[in-house]
Amino acid sequence: MSHAQMLDQIFVIVKHWLLAYVPAGWQPLASAVLSVVPVLIVFPLLFAITTVLERKGLARQQNRYGPNRVGPWGILQPIADGVKSLTKEDIVPRSADHMVHLLAPLLLVTAAFLGYAVIPIGRNMVISDMNGGVLFFFAISSLVELAVFMAGWSSRSKYSLFGAMRAIAQMISYEVPLVLAAIVVVMAAGTLSTVSIVNAQAGYTGIWPHWFVFTPWGFTGFALFMIAATAESNRSPFDLPEGESEIIAGYYIEYSGFKFALFFLGEYLGMMATSAMAITLFLGGWAAPFSFLGWVPSYFWFFAKLLALICGFIWIRGTLPRLRMDQLMNFSWKFILPMTLLNVIAAGAWHFMPGGVWRWVVCSALIAGPFIVLGRATSWQGKGVAVRKYRYAE
Amino acid sequence: MTITFLILAALTIAGMAAAMGLRNLIHCVLALTLGFVGLASLYLHLGAEFAGFVQILVYIGGVAILAVFAIMTTQSAEPVAHRRSAPFWLAGTLVAAGVFSVLAWAITRSGAHGRGLPPSPQIAAEQVGFALMRAYVLPLELMGLLLTVALIGAVVVATPGKKGEL
Repeated sequence: MSHAQMLDQIFVIVKHWLLAYVPAGWQPLASAVLSVVPVLIVFPLLFAITTVLERKGLARQQNRYGPNRVGPWGILQPIADGVKSLTKEDIVPRSADHMVHLLAPLLLVTAAFLGYAVIPIGRNMVISDMNGGVLFFFAISSLVELAVFMAGWSSRSKYSLFGAMRAIAQMISYEVPLVLAAIVVVMAAGTLSTVSIVNAQAGYTGIWPHWFVFTPWGFTGFALFMIAATAESNRSPFDLPEGESEIIAGYYIEYSGFKFALFFLGEYLGMMATSAMAITLFLGGWAAPFSFLGWVPSYFWFFAKLLALICGFIWIRGTLPRLRMDQLMNFSWKFILPMTLLNVIAAGAWHFMPGGVWRWVVCSALIAGPFIVLGRATSWQGKGVAVRKYRYAE
Repeated sequence: MTITFLILAALTIAGMAAAMGLRNLIHCVLALTLGFVGLASLYLHLGAEFAGFVQILVYIGGVAILAVFAIMTTQSAEPVAHRRSAPFWLAGTLVAAGVFSVLAWAITRSGAHGRGLPPSPQIAAEQVGFALMRAYVLPLELMGLLLTVALIGAVVVATPGKKGEL
Protein backbone atom coordinates (compact mmCIF):
# COMPACT_ATOMS: atom_id res chain seq x y z
CA MET A 1 0.00 0.00 0.00
CA SER A 2 1.54 3.29 -1.09
CA HIS A 3 1.66 6.37 1.10
CA ALA A 4 -1.08 8.10 -0.87
CA GLN A 5 -3.40 5.10 -0.46
CA MET A 6 -2.47 4.91 3.20
CA LEU A 7 -3.44 8.56 3.70
CA ASP A 8 -6.63 8.02 1.73
CA GLN A 9 -7.69 5.07 3.90
CA ILE A 10 -6.30 6.39 7.20
CA PHE A 11 -9.71 6.62 8.89
CA VAL A 12 -10.74 3.16 7.70
CA ILE A 13 -7.44 1.70 8.95
CA VAL A 14 -7.80 3.43 12.33
CA LYS A 15 -11.34 2.13 12.66
CA HIS A 16 -10.32 -1.47 11.99
CA TRP A 17 -7.37 -1.12 14.36
CA LEU A 18 -9.71 0.10 17.11
CA LEU A 19 -12.26 -2.61 16.32
CA ALA A 20 -9.64 -5.32 16.92
CA TYR A 21 -9.62 -4.38 20.63
CA VAL A 22 -13.36 -4.96 20.99
CA PRO A 23 -14.70 -8.44 21.88
CA ALA A 24 -16.25 -10.17 18.86
CA GLY A 25 -19.81 -10.04 20.19
CA TRP A 26 -19.71 -6.27 20.49
CA GLN A 27 -18.04 -5.59 17.17
CA PRO A 28 -21.18 -4.76 15.10
CA LEU A 29 -22.22 -2.21 17.71
CA ALA A 30 -18.71 -0.78 18.06
CA SER A 31 -18.39 -0.57 14.29
CA ALA A 32 -21.63 1.39 14.07
CA VAL A 33 -20.55 3.76 16.86
CA LEU A 34 -17.13 4.30 15.27
CA SER A 35 -18.81 5.16 11.96
CA VAL A 36 -21.55 7.40 13.33
CA VAL A 37 -19.70 9.43 15.96
CA PRO A 38 -17.24 11.09 13.51
CA VAL A 39 -20.18 12.21 11.38
CA LEU A 40 -21.90 13.61 14.48
CA ILE A 41 -18.76 15.61 15.24
CA VAL A 42 -17.54 16.67 11.81
CA PHE A 43 -20.76 18.05 10.37
CA PRO A 44 -21.71 20.26 13.34
CA LEU A 45 -18.13 21.58 13.18
CA LEU A 46 -18.64 22.26 9.51
CA PHE A 47 -21.88 24.01 10.50
CA ALA A 48 -19.88 26.28 12.80
CA ILE A 49 -17.44 27.08 10.01
CA THR A 50 -20.34 27.68 7.63
CA THR A 51 -22.03 30.20 9.94
CA VAL A 52 -18.91 32.34 10.19
CA LEU A 53 -18.25 31.92 6.46
CA GLU A 54 -21.80 32.97 5.69
CA ARG A 55 -21.75 36.00 7.97
CA LYS A 56 -18.40 37.14 6.63
CA GLY A 57 -19.38 36.42 3.03
CA LEU A 58 -22.71 38.22 3.27
CA ALA A 59 -21.03 41.15 5.00
CA ARG A 60 -18.47 41.35 2.20
CA GLN A 61 -21.24 41.46 -0.41
CA GLN A 62 -23.14 44.09 1.55
CA ASN A 63 -20.06 46.27 2.01
CA ARG A 64 -19.68 45.89 5.78
CA TYR A 65 -17.29 44.09 8.10
CA GLY A 66 -19.33 41.27 9.59
CA PRO A 67 -18.25 39.63 12.86
CA ASN A 68 -14.75 40.84 13.74
CA ARG A 69 -14.51 40.86 17.54
CA VAL A 70 -14.03 37.23 18.66
CA GLY A 71 -10.62 35.90 17.78
CA PRO A 72 -8.54 36.97 14.78
CA TRP A 73 -10.85 38.32 12.03
CA GLY A 74 -13.81 37.09 14.07
CA ILE A 75 -13.28 33.44 13.17
CA LEU A 76 -14.02 32.29 16.73
CA GLN A 77 -17.50 33.79 16.52
CA PRO A 78 -19.27 30.36 16.46
CA ILE A 79 -17.88 29.60 19.95
CA ALA A 80 -19.35 32.83 21.29
CA ASP A 81 -22.64 32.03 19.54
CA GLY A 82 -22.69 28.56 21.07
CA VAL A 83 -22.01 29.82 24.61
CA LYS A 84 -24.65 32.48 24.16
CA SER A 85 -27.35 30.09 22.99
CA LEU A 86 -26.51 27.62 25.77
CA THR A 87 -26.74 30.21 28.54
CA LYS A 88 -29.90 31.95 27.35
CA GLU A 89 -33.20 31.37 29.04
CA ASP A 90 -35.38 28.75 27.42
CA ILE A 91 -38.78 30.40 27.05
CA VAL A 92 -41.85 28.34 26.19
CA PRO A 93 -45.10 30.24 25.54
CA ARG A 94 -47.72 29.56 28.22
CA SER A 95 -50.34 28.38 25.74
CA ALA A 96 -47.90 26.24 23.78
CA ASP A 97 -48.23 22.51 23.50
CA HIS A 98 -45.20 21.74 25.66
CA MET A 99 -44.53 18.18 24.56
CA VAL A 100 -44.76 18.83 20.82
CA HIS A 101 -42.89 22.11 21.28
CA LEU A 102 -40.00 20.18 22.83
CA LEU A 103 -40.04 17.32 20.32
CA ALA A 104 -40.03 19.45 17.15
CA PRO A 105 -36.38 20.63 17.22
CA LEU A 106 -35.20 17.16 18.28
CA LEU A 107 -37.04 15.52 15.37
CA LEU A 108 -35.68 18.11 12.95
CA VAL A 109 -32.04 17.54 13.96
CA THR A 110 -32.50 13.75 14.05
CA ALA A 111 -34.00 13.74 10.56
CA ALA A 112 -31.23 16.00 9.29
CA PHE A 113 -28.55 13.69 10.71
CA LEU A 114 -30.21 10.51 9.40
CA GLY A 115 -29.65 11.67 5.83
CA TYR A 116 -25.87 11.40 6.27
CA ALA A 117 -26.19 7.63 6.74
CA VAL A 118 -26.03 7.05 2.99
CA ILE A 119 -23.60 9.78 1.95
CA PRO A 120 -20.23 8.41 0.80
CA ILE A 121 -17.72 10.81 2.36
CA GLY A 122 -14.66 9.09 0.91
CA ARG A 123 -13.46 5.87 -0.63
CA ASN A 124 -14.88 3.07 1.61
CA MET A 125 -16.24 5.75 3.92
CA VAL A 126 -20.00 5.47 4.15
CA ILE A 127 -22.04 4.62 7.23
CA SER A 128 -24.45 2.33 5.44
CA ASP A 129 -24.31 1.28 1.79
CA MET A 130 -28.00 0.57 1.41
CA ASN A 131 -29.54 -1.02 -1.62
CA GLY A 132 -32.03 1.84 -1.80
CA GLY A 133 -29.84 4.63 -0.45
CA VAL A 134 -31.24 7.43 -2.61
CA LEU A 135 -34.78 6.38 -1.72
CA PHE A 136 -33.85 6.37 1.98
CA PHE A 137 -32.45 9.89 1.69
CA PHE A 138 -35.63 11.32 0.19
CA ALA A 139 -37.86 9.34 2.56
CA ILE A 140 -36.03 10.73 5.58
CA SER A 141 -36.22 14.30 4.30
CA SER A 142 -40.01 14.08 4.50
CA LEU A 143 -39.63 13.87 8.29
CA VAL A 144 -38.31 17.44 8.22
CA GLU A 145 -41.70 18.67 7.00
CA LEU A 146 -43.37 17.03 9.95
CA ALA A 147 -40.91 18.63 12.38
CA VAL A 148 -41.55 22.04 10.82
CA PHE A 149 -45.27 21.57 11.19
CA MET A 150 -44.90 20.46 14.81
CA ALA A 151 -42.85 23.57 15.60
CA GLY A 152 -45.26 25.92 13.89
CA TRP A 153 -48.41 24.43 15.30
CA SER A 154 -47.29 23.79 18.88
CA SER A 155 -46.13 27.40 19.43
CA ARG A 156 -49.74 28.70 19.23
CA SER A 157 -48.57 31.82 17.46
CA LYS A 158 -50.01 33.20 14.23
CA TYR A 159 -46.58 33.98 12.86
CA SER A 160 -45.24 30.51 13.47
CA LEU A 161 -48.35 28.89 12.03
CA PHE A 162 -48.09 31.03 8.90
CA GLY A 163 -44.43 30.17 8.66
CA ALA A 164 -45.18 26.46 8.98
CA MET A 165 -47.93 26.64 6.33
CA ARG A 166 -45.61 28.41 3.94
CA ALA A 167 -42.74 26.05 4.67
CA ILE A 168 -44.80 22.90 4.15
CA ALA A 169 -46.43 24.21 0.96
CA GLN A 170 -43.01 25.12 -0.38
CA MET A 171 -41.37 21.85 0.63
CA ILE A 172 -44.14 19.77 -0.95
CA SER A 173 -43.95 21.79 -4.16
CA TYR A 174 -40.20 21.48 -4.49
CA GLU A 175 -39.83 17.91 -3.31
CA VAL A 176 -41.31 16.65 -6.58
CA PRO A 177 -38.74 18.40 -8.83
CA LEU A 178 -35.97 17.47 -6.36
CA VAL A 179 -36.72 13.77 -6.72
CA LEU A 180 -37.39 13.99 -10.47
CA ALA A 181 -34.07 15.78 -11.01
CA ALA A 182 -32.30 12.98 -9.15
CA ILE A 183 -34.09 10.26 -11.14
CA VAL A 184 -31.99 10.85 -14.28
CA VAL A 185 -28.90 9.74 -12.35
CA VAL A 186 -30.67 6.63 -11.10
CA MET A 187 -31.65 5.91 -14.72
CA ALA A 188 -28.10 6.32 -15.95
CA ALA A 189 -26.39 4.42 -13.14
CA GLY A 190 -29.10 1.76 -12.93
CA THR A 191 -28.94 1.64 -9.14
CA LEU A 192 -30.34 3.35 -6.05
CA SER A 193 -27.21 2.74 -3.98
CA THR A 194 -25.16 5.90 -3.43
CA VAL A 195 -21.85 4.03 -3.46
CA SER A 196 -22.66 2.40 -6.81
CA ILE A 197 -23.67 5.79 -8.22
CA VAL A 198 -20.27 7.22 -7.26
CA ASN A 199 -18.55 4.19 -8.78
CA ALA A 200 -20.56 4.63 -11.98
CA GLN A 201 -18.92 8.05 -12.39
CA ALA A 202 -15.38 6.75 -11.89
CA GLY A 203 -12.74 6.90 -14.63
CA TYR A 204 -11.28 9.64 -16.77
CA THR A 205 -11.06 10.51 -20.47
CA GLY A 206 -7.69 12.17 -20.80
CA ILE A 207 -7.66 14.27 -17.66
CA TRP A 208 -11.44 14.86 -17.57
CA PRO A 209 -13.67 12.86 -15.21
CA HIS A 210 -16.86 11.03 -16.21
CA TRP A 211 -19.15 12.92 -13.87
CA PHE A 212 -22.82 13.05 -14.75
CA VAL A 213 -22.77 16.83 -14.62
CA PHE A 214 -20.75 16.82 -17.86
CA THR A 215 -23.68 15.55 -19.94
CA PRO A 216 -26.60 17.69 -21.16
CA TRP A 217 -29.15 15.94 -18.93
CA GLY A 218 -26.71 15.81 -16.02
CA PHE A 219 -26.00 19.51 -16.16
CA THR A 220 -29.71 20.33 -16.36
CA GLY A 221 -30.44 17.87 -13.59
CA PHE A 222 -27.75 19.39 -11.40
CA ALA A 223 -29.05 22.94 -11.94
CA LEU A 224 -32.66 21.90 -11.25
CA PHE A 225 -31.59 19.85 -8.25
CA MET A 226 -29.72 22.78 -6.73
CA ILE A 227 -32.66 25.16 -7.29
CA ALA A 228 -35.02 22.68 -5.65
CA ALA A 229 -32.49 22.10 -2.86
CA THR A 230 -32.35 25.84 -2.16
CA ALA A 231 -36.12 25.91 -1.83
CA GLU A 232 -36.16 22.70 0.19
CA SER A 233 -33.72 24.15 2.73
CA ASN A 234 -35.70 27.43 2.94
CA ARG A 235 -32.82 29.58 1.82
CA SER A 236 -32.88 32.86 -0.02
CA PRO A 237 -34.36 33.56 -2.58
CA PHE A 238 -36.89 30.95 -1.36
CA ASP A 239 -36.83 32.01 2.30
CA LEU A 240 -40.51 32.92 2.54
CA PRO A 241 -41.14 30.55 5.47
CA GLU A 242 -38.84 32.70 7.56
CA GLY A 243 -39.06 35.99 5.70
CA GLU A 244 -37.74 38.32 8.38
CA SER A 245 -39.56 41.35 7.07
CA GLU A 246 -42.94 39.59 7.01
CA ILE A 247 -43.22 36.92 9.67
CA ILE A 248 -39.99 37.50 11.61
CA ALA A 249 -38.56 33.99 11.94
CA GLY A 250 -41.45 31.85 10.71
CA TYR A 251 -42.10 28.53 12.34
CA TYR A 252 -39.39 28.80 15.00
CA ILE A 253 -40.19 32.30 16.20
CA GLU A 254 -41.32 31.06 19.63
CA TYR A 255 -38.09 29.19 20.29
CA SER A 256 -35.24 30.60 22.28
CA GLY A 257 -31.90 29.55 23.65
CA PHE A 258 -30.56 26.20 22.64
CA LYS A 259 -33.75 25.03 20.94
CA PHE A 260 -33.39 27.95 18.54
CA ALA A 261 -29.79 26.90 17.93
CA LEU A 262 -31.01 23.37 17.22
CA PHE A 263 -33.32 24.70 14.51
CA PHE A 264 -30.43 26.60 13.05
CA LEU A 265 -28.27 23.48 13.17
CA GLY A 266 -30.99 21.34 11.62
CA GLU A 267 -31.49 23.78 8.77
CA TYR A 268 -27.79 23.95 7.92
CA LEU A 269 -27.39 20.19 8.30
CA GLY A 270 -30.25 19.75 5.86
CA MET A 271 -28.64 22.14 3.40
CA MET A 272 -25.30 20.34 3.66
CA ALA A 273 -26.94 16.91 3.34
CA THR A 274 -28.74 17.95 0.14
CA SER A 275 -25.50 19.43 -1.19
CA ALA A 276 -23.70 16.21 -0.32
CA MET A 277 -26.41 14.31 -2.21
CA ALA A 278 -25.91 16.61 -5.21
CA ILE A 279 -22.17 15.88 -5.05
CA THR A 280 -22.85 12.15 -4.90
CA LEU A 281 -25.35 12.22 -7.74
CA PHE A 282 -23.80 14.67 -10.18
CA LEU A 283 -20.28 15.68 -9.13
CA GLY A 284 -18.66 12.27 -8.84
CA GLY A 285 -18.80 11.99 -5.05
CA TRP A 286 -15.31 11.83 -3.56
CA ALA A 287 -13.52 11.52 -6.92
CA ALA A 288 -10.77 13.97 -7.88
CA PRO A 289 -11.72 16.54 -10.54
CA PHE A 290 -8.66 15.72 -12.70
CA SER A 291 -6.93 12.41 -13.25
CA PHE A 292 -3.54 13.74 -12.12
CA LEU A 293 -4.95 14.78 -8.72
CA GLY A 294 -5.84 11.23 -7.74
CA TRP A 295 -3.17 11.16 -5.02
CA VAL A 296 -5.06 13.68 -2.86
CA PRO A 297 -7.23 11.86 -0.25
CA SER A 298 -10.80 11.22 -1.36
CA TYR A 299 -12.43 12.83 1.71
CA PHE A 300 -10.57 16.06 0.93
CA TRP A 301 -12.34 16.28 -2.42
CA PHE A 302 -15.71 15.56 -0.86
CA PHE A 303 -15.38 18.38 1.66
CA ALA A 304 -13.84 20.73 -0.94
CA LYS A 305 -16.86 20.21 -3.19
CA LEU A 306 -19.21 20.61 -0.23
CA LEU A 307 -17.63 23.93 0.77
CA ALA A 308 -17.74 25.10 -2.84
CA LEU A 309 -21.48 24.38 -3.02
CA ILE A 310 -22.04 26.11 0.35
CA CYS A 311 -20.19 29.18 -0.96
CA GLY A 312 -22.52 29.07 -3.96
CA PHE A 313 -25.50 29.10 -1.60
CA ILE A 314 -24.06 32.10 0.28
CA TRP A 315 -23.36 33.94 -2.96
CA ILE A 316 -26.95 33.40 -4.15
CA ARG A 317 -28.29 34.52 -0.78
CA GLY A 318 -26.39 37.77 -1.05
CA THR A 319 -27.46 38.34 -4.64
CA LEU A 320 -31.11 37.52 -5.22
CA PRO A 321 -34.17 39.16 -3.63
CA ARG A 322 -36.93 37.07 -2.09
CA LEU A 323 -39.69 35.67 -4.30
CA ARG A 324 -43.38 36.28 -3.72
CA MET A 325 -45.55 33.28 -2.82
CA ASP A 326 -47.30 33.13 -6.22
CA GLN A 327 -43.99 33.51 -8.04
CA LEU A 328 -42.59 30.68 -5.96
CA MET A 329 -45.46 28.36 -6.84
CA ASN A 330 -45.56 29.32 -10.52
CA PHE A 331 -41.82 28.81 -10.81
CA SER A 332 -42.07 25.35 -9.31
CA TRP A 333 -45.13 23.99 -11.07
CA LYS A 334 -44.95 25.74 -14.43
CA PHE A 335 -41.23 25.83 -15.06
CA ILE A 336 -39.12 23.54 -12.86
CA LEU A 337 -41.48 20.56 -12.94
CA PRO A 338 -41.91 20.47 -16.77
CA MET A 339 -38.16 20.91 -17.17
CA THR A 340 -37.41 17.95 -14.89
CA LEU A 341 -39.86 15.77 -16.86
CA LEU A 342 -38.25 16.82 -20.16
CA ASN A 343 -34.87 16.11 -18.62
CA VAL A 344 -35.98 12.55 -17.90
CA ILE A 345 -36.89 12.17 -21.59
CA ALA A 346 -33.53 13.62 -22.62
CA ALA A 347 -31.72 11.18 -20.33
CA GLY A 348 -33.68 8.34 -21.94
CA ALA A 349 -32.69 9.55 -25.41
CA TRP A 350 -29.06 9.76 -24.28
CA HIS A 351 -29.22 6.17 -23.08
CA PHE A 352 -30.62 4.72 -26.29
CA MET A 353 -28.71 6.78 -28.87
CA PRO A 354 -25.27 5.64 -30.04
CA GLY A 355 -22.38 7.70 -28.69
CA GLY A 356 -21.10 10.59 -30.75
CA VAL A 357 -21.82 14.17 -31.66
CA TRP A 358 -25.48 13.55 -32.58
CA ARG A 359 -26.29 12.36 -29.10
CA TRP A 360 -25.07 15.66 -27.73
CA VAL A 361 -26.97 17.68 -30.33
CA VAL A 362 -30.29 15.86 -29.86
CA CYS A 363 -30.18 15.86 -26.05
CA SER A 364 -29.14 19.50 -25.85
CA ALA A 365 -31.92 20.46 -28.25
CA LEU A 366 -34.44 18.43 -26.25
CA ILE A 367 -33.58 20.53 -23.19
CA ALA A 368 -32.67 23.93 -24.65
CA GLY A 369 -35.74 24.24 -26.94
CA PRO A 370 -38.37 23.74 -24.21
CA PHE A 371 -36.24 25.83 -21.86
CA ILE A 372 -36.53 28.86 -24.14
CA VAL A 373 -40.22 28.25 -24.95
CA LEU A 374 -41.17 27.71 -21.31
CA GLY A 375 -39.10 30.68 -20.21
CA ARG A 376 -40.88 32.94 -22.71
CA ALA A 377 -44.31 31.57 -21.85
CA THR A 378 -43.96 31.98 -18.11
CA SER A 379 -42.17 35.31 -18.22
CA TRP A 380 -44.18 38.46 -17.52
CA GLN A 381 -42.31 40.53 -20.08
CA GLY A 382 -44.33 41.86 -23.00
CA LYS A 383 -47.64 40.92 -21.45
CA GLY A 384 -48.62 44.34 -20.19
CA VAL A 385 -47.83 43.90 -16.52
CA ALA A 386 -50.69 45.21 -14.41
CA VAL A 387 -50.80 46.09 -10.76
CA ARG A 388 -51.33 42.94 -8.80
CA LYS A 389 -54.79 42.66 -7.34
CA TYR A 390 -55.06 41.44 -3.79
CA ARG A 391 -58.32 39.58 -3.56
CA TYR A 392 -58.88 40.00 0.14
CA ALA A 393 -58.76 43.79 -0.14
CA GLU A 394 -61.43 44.14 -2.82
CA MET B 1 -39.39 -13.43 17.68
CA THR B 2 -36.45 -11.23 18.54
CA ILE B 3 -36.31 -8.39 21.01
CA THR B 4 -36.09 -5.88 18.11
CA PHE B 5 -39.36 -7.16 16.73
CA LEU B 6 -41.04 -6.84 20.13
CA ILE B 7 -39.86 -3.25 20.59
CA LEU B 8 -40.99 -2.26 17.09
CA ALA B 9 -44.33 -4.01 17.47
CA ALA B 10 -44.92 -2.28 20.81
CA LEU B 11 -44.04 1.07 19.22
CA THR B 12 -46.46 0.49 16.34
CA ILE B 13 -49.31 -0.63 18.57
CA ALA B 14 -48.74 2.21 21.03
CA GLY B 15 -48.77 4.75 18.20
CA MET B 16 -51.92 3.37 16.62
CA ALA B 17 -53.72 3.06 19.98
CA ALA B 18 -52.79 6.64 20.88
CA ALA B 19 -54.06 7.76 17.47
CA MET B 20 -57.47 6.39 18.38
CA GLY B 21 -57.48 7.46 22.01
CA LEU B 22 -56.11 11.00 22.11
CA ARG B 23 -58.46 13.97 22.18
CA ASN B 24 -56.54 16.55 20.22
CA LEU B 25 -56.78 15.84 16.49
CA ILE B 26 -53.23 17.01 15.78
CA HIS B 27 -51.92 14.74 18.52
CA CYS B 28 -53.82 11.91 16.89
CA VAL B 29 -52.11 12.57 13.57
CA LEU B 30 -48.69 12.71 15.22
CA ALA B 31 -49.38 9.44 17.05
CA LEU B 32 -50.52 7.90 13.77
CA THR B 33 -47.20 9.00 12.25
CA LEU B 34 -45.40 7.19 15.06
CA GLY B 35 -47.40 4.09 14.15
CA PHE B 36 -46.38 4.49 10.49
CA VAL B 37 -42.73 4.78 11.50
CA GLY B 38 -43.07 1.60 13.57
CA LEU B 39 -44.67 -0.19 10.61
CA ALA B 40 -41.90 0.98 8.27
CA SER B 41 -39.29 -0.21 10.78
CA LEU B 42 -41.03 -3.60 10.87
CA TYR B 43 -40.74 -3.83 7.09
CA LEU B 44 -37.06 -2.96 7.33
CA HIS B 45 -36.65 -5.51 10.10
CA LEU B 46 -38.09 -8.16 7.77
CA GLY B 47 -35.59 -7.17 5.07
CA ALA B 48 -38.14 -5.46 2.81
CA GLU B 49 -36.05 -2.34 2.29
CA PHE B 50 -38.05 -0.94 -0.62
CA ALA B 51 -41.43 -1.37 1.07
CA GLY B 52 -40.09 0.23 4.25
CA PHE B 53 -38.76 3.34 2.54
CA VAL B 54 -41.85 3.73 0.40
CA GLN B 55 -43.96 3.41 3.55
CA ILE B 56 -42.08 6.38 5.05
CA LEU B 57 -42.14 8.36 1.81
CA VAL B 58 -45.85 7.88 1.13
CA TYR B 59 -47.40 7.65 4.56
CA ILE B 60 -45.34 10.25 6.42
CA GLY B 61 -44.32 12.54 3.57
CA GLY B 62 -47.76 12.28 1.96
CA VAL B 63 -50.61 11.03 4.08
CA ALA B 64 -49.63 12.54 7.44
CA ILE B 65 -48.78 15.92 5.94
CA LEU B 66 -52.05 15.90 3.97
CA ALA B 67 -54.02 15.09 7.12
CA VAL B 68 -52.28 17.86 9.02
CA PHE B 69 -52.95 20.32 6.22
CA ALA B 70 -56.60 19.35 6.02
CA ILE B 71 -57.05 19.79 9.77
CA MET B 72 -55.26 23.14 9.79
CA THR B 73 -57.29 24.58 6.92
CA THR B 74 -60.71 23.29 7.90
CA GLN B 75 -61.03 23.71 11.64
CA SER B 76 -59.40 25.27 14.61
CA ALA B 77 -56.65 23.29 16.23
CA GLU B 78 -58.19 23.61 19.65
CA PRO B 79 -59.11 20.29 21.22
CA VAL B 80 -62.77 19.50 20.78
CA ALA B 81 -64.66 18.88 23.98
CA HIS B 82 -66.83 15.86 23.37
CA ARG B 83 -67.79 12.72 25.17
CA ARG B 84 -64.92 10.38 25.58
CA SER B 85 -66.66 7.31 24.16
CA ALA B 86 -69.09 7.32 21.32
CA PRO B 87 -72.46 5.67 22.07
CA PHE B 88 -71.71 2.88 19.63
CA TRP B 89 -68.80 1.46 21.56
CA LEU B 90 -70.58 -1.83 22.23
CA ALA B 91 -71.46 -2.37 18.57
CA GLY B 92 -67.97 -1.28 17.55
CA THR B 93 -66.35 -3.74 19.92
CA LEU B 94 -68.59 -6.54 18.65
CA VAL B 95 -67.78 -5.79 15.00
CA ALA B 96 -64.05 -5.60 15.75
CA ALA B 97 -64.13 -8.87 17.67
CA GLY B 98 -66.11 -10.49 14.85
CA VAL B 99 -63.66 -9.37 12.16
CA PHE B 100 -60.74 -10.50 14.28
CA SER B 101 -62.21 -13.94 14.94
CA VAL B 102 -63.06 -14.49 11.26
CA LEU B 103 -59.53 -13.51 10.22
CA ALA B 104 -57.96 -15.64 12.94
CA TRP B 105 -60.14 -18.58 11.93
CA ALA B 106 -59.21 -18.15 8.26
CA ILE B 107 -55.51 -17.97 9.06
CA THR B 108 -55.50 -21.04 11.30
CA ARG B 109 -57.46 -23.02 8.69
CA SER B 110 -55.43 -21.90 5.68
CA GLY B 111 -52.48 -24.19 6.37
CA ALA B 112 -50.00 -21.36 6.29
CA HIS B 113 -50.01 -21.52 10.05
CA GLY B 114 -47.65 -24.09 11.51
CA ARG B 115 -45.88 -24.66 8.21
CA GLY B 116 -43.07 -22.43 9.40
CA LEU B 117 -41.87 -19.29 7.73
CA PRO B 118 -40.35 -19.60 4.27
CA PRO B 119 -36.87 -18.09 3.91
CA SER B 120 -37.47 -14.38 3.39
CA PRO B 121 -36.64 -13.46 -0.21
CA GLN B 122 -34.28 -10.53 -0.77
CA ILE B 123 -36.22 -8.19 -3.00
CA ALA B 124 -34.05 -5.43 -4.40
CA ALA B 125 -35.52 -2.19 -5.66
CA GLU B 126 -34.32 -3.23 -9.11
CA GLN B 127 -36.61 -6.27 -9.14
CA VAL B 128 -39.58 -4.15 -8.06
CA GLY B 129 -38.82 -1.82 -10.98
CA PHE B 130 -38.59 -4.67 -13.47
CA ALA B 131 -41.85 -6.15 -12.22
CA LEU B 132 -43.65 -2.80 -12.49
CA MET B 133 -42.29 -2.05 -15.94
CA ARG B 134 -42.78 -5.51 -17.47
CA ALA B 135 -45.41 -7.77 -15.93
CA TYR B 136 -47.54 -5.08 -14.30
CA VAL B 137 -47.07 -2.23 -16.74
CA LEU B 138 -50.78 -1.97 -17.61
CA PRO B 139 -52.01 -1.60 -14.00
CA LEU B 140 -49.21 0.91 -13.41
CA GLU B 141 -50.26 3.00 -16.39
CA LEU B 142 -53.91 2.81 -15.33
CA MET B 143 -52.98 4.04 -11.88
CA GLY B 144 -51.05 6.89 -13.49
CA LEU B 145 -54.11 7.79 -15.58
CA LEU B 146 -56.34 7.69 -12.50
CA LEU B 147 -53.99 9.98 -10.59
CA THR B 148 -53.81 12.38 -13.53
CA VAL B 149 -57.60 12.55 -13.64
CA ALA B 150 -57.65 13.22 -9.89
CA LEU B 151 -55.02 15.94 -10.32
CA ILE B 152 -56.96 17.66 -13.09
CA GLY B 153 -60.11 17.39 -11.00
CA ALA B 154 -58.34 19.04 -8.08
CA VAL B 155 -57.17 21.88 -10.32
CA VAL B 156 -60.71 22.36 -11.67
CA VAL B 157 -62.12 22.46 -8.15
CA ALA B 158 -59.45 24.88 -6.98
CA THR B 159 -59.69 27.28 -9.94
CA PRO B 160 -61.57 30.42 -8.91
CA GLY B 161 -64.77 30.99 -10.87
CA LYS B 162 -65.75 34.15 -12.76
CA LYS B 163 -66.59 37.36 -10.96
CA GLY B 164 -69.64 37.03 -8.81
CA GLU B 165 -69.10 33.39 -8.11
CA LEU B 166 -67.10 32.40 -5.11
